[in-house]
Amino acid sequence: MNSPGKNLLSKSLTYFLLLAGTVIVLLPFWYMLITSLKPQAFIFEIPPRLWPSEISLINYQKALQTDQFGLYFMNSLFVAVVTTASTLLVSSLMAYAFARLKFRGKEFLFYFLLSGMMVPPVMLIIPQFIVAKFLDLPDKFLGLILVYITMNLSMQTFLLRGYFEGLPKEIEEAALVDGASRWKIFWKIVMPLSRPGLAVVTIFTFLFAWEEFPWANVAIKETTKRTLPIAIALFQSQHLTEWGQVFAASIMGIIPVVIVFAVFQKHFIRGISTSGIKG
Amino acid sequence: MITLKNKTNQSIQAALFLLPGFILFLTFIIGPMIYSFRISFYDWNIVFPEKSTWVGLANYLEAVGDPIFRKAVLNNVMYTLVTVPGQMVFGLLVAILLNQQIRGKAAFRVIYYLPVITSWVIVSLLFEYMFSGQAGLINFLLRDILHIIDHNILWLADPVLAFIPIHLLGIWKGVGWTAVIFLAGLQAIPIQLYEAALVDGANRLQQFRYITIPMLRQTSIYLLVVLTAGALNAYISNLLLTNGGDPLDQTHFILTLMYEETFGNLEFGYGSAISYLLTIIVFIISVIQIRLLRNREQA
Repeated sequence: MNSPGKNLLSKSLTYFLLLAGTVIVLLPFWYMLITSLKPQAFIFEIPPRLWPSEISLINYQKALQTDQFGLYFMNSLFVAVVTTASTLLVSSLMAYAFARLKFRGKEFLFYFLLSGMMVPPVMLIIPQFIVAKFLDLPDKFLGLILVYITMNLSMQTFLLRGYFEGLPKEIEEAALVDGASRWKIFWKIVMPLSRPGLAVVTIFTFLFAWEEFPWANVAIKETTKRTLPIAIALFQSQHLTEWGQVFAASIMGIIPVVIVFAVFQKHFIRGISTSGIKG
Repeated sequence: MITLKNKTNQSIQAALFLLPGFILFLTFIIGPMIYSFRISFYDWNIVFPEKSTWVGLANYLEAVGDPIFRKAVLNNVMYTLVTVPGQMVFGLLVAILLNQQIRGKAAFRVIYYLPVITSWVIVSLLFEYMFSGQAGLINFLLRDILHIIDHNILWLADPVLAFIPIHLLGIWKGVGWTAVIFLAGLQAIPIQLYEAALVDGANRLQQFRYITIPMLRQTSIYLLVVLTAGALNAYISNLLLTNGGDPLDQTHFILTLMYEETFGNLEFGYGSAISYLLTIIVFIISVIQIRLLRNREQA
């Protein structure tokens, strides 16, 4: 029905549009990279160049040495790793109970937990701040980590419950007959079989904790405890013209995300499309 | 007897599996929600909470009557009306393009997803730099390359123009996610439908109109609800691009105003009332969207 000529035309149009989109998406990133490689004298050069006249790593050096972005990077990494590990543990425990155990009030508790997804996170900032103050958590990584775990809990438990329910029941039943405890079954059978599901949770939780801004902005005031997004935003507001260093720090912030994304791309896309979570 | 014992046993086990999660959930979500509801009826004293005075609905009434709050609501509504359709139209376009048999699909997917996984802080600063008044890339493109304007525009200092970068950023950052969701929806459409349509002589446009669009209905409703809630909760881009409300509190979003009142002016009661108002607005709009679209489907 479709003539070859028409087909070729539509193919070319497809590629043309996709490439145009690619330029629109990548141009700002390219501009950021170029700016991070320019010495300060060229930051406001006219005309702005998309190809630097001189490449220098001075911004990266300054960002790491004088502006302590190495420290903030490590802070973010610590918070994100601990948050991710804890969320994996806590939400898979809950998900297993919801998927496999019989107990009273199960439906109610499950939907009660899911209601947590409806609450706009920023709305919770004021009372969370008061609770955190009460528990003496401001300026502590623990305050960030506990809130981050909780904010991910509903969604990740929901996701893992679905995954656990899809596992074949027979293996677990056989183990039960052999006298294995639920605890043992959870660790020795369910968790090892659930790697793809756990990978999805890992990626989403890591990205969330890595880039979270509103809560960290409220909870962390001490300079040495800042996470990367807070440090970048504050640095920019204090050094309005030093875009080279701002973007050097930003590039350092993007690299782990791109690595995680590239490695887990398949899981990631599947996770988004089955659960609808926003990355 | 055995089953009864087994059941109690399972309940105890379940309690142990659920306990850590529910302690966190109650402490950091449910507890705060209730507490914040209470605060919203007080002139709250953050240093000496016992000295707070009950003011009834005064915080809510103050917000509703405040022109700055109203402007912030209007700004959020405009942002929603521009960025939600923007993300959906471009997201659908990208999804359709990527759903064809082309080379480099994986690479395109990664590229289009890049803005989604980059933090709001970084992309907001990036847009601030590109739209900067003196030597910004955008001014240069418009003035020296395209010759559309004859002088540099101070985008972020103007209460109306400041929304251009904010809206563009909202669309630019969200298209990748919308496209992935649409792509999943497209791949769920049975290929037989298109084959049957082809046999009946339907052209590409007719196939799109009578198969693709109706089959994407559920996906579209889902996206509409989620994106609208997201747009009404927008916060970081505005905070960084215009310091929240600059100039003259004209460019606030609801949440930047909430943030400023709470942590800038220490008006915790007023801030809580604003966040509850926002939650109510989001809830009502979501319900209306779901109702309207579901009903039309049944009709």
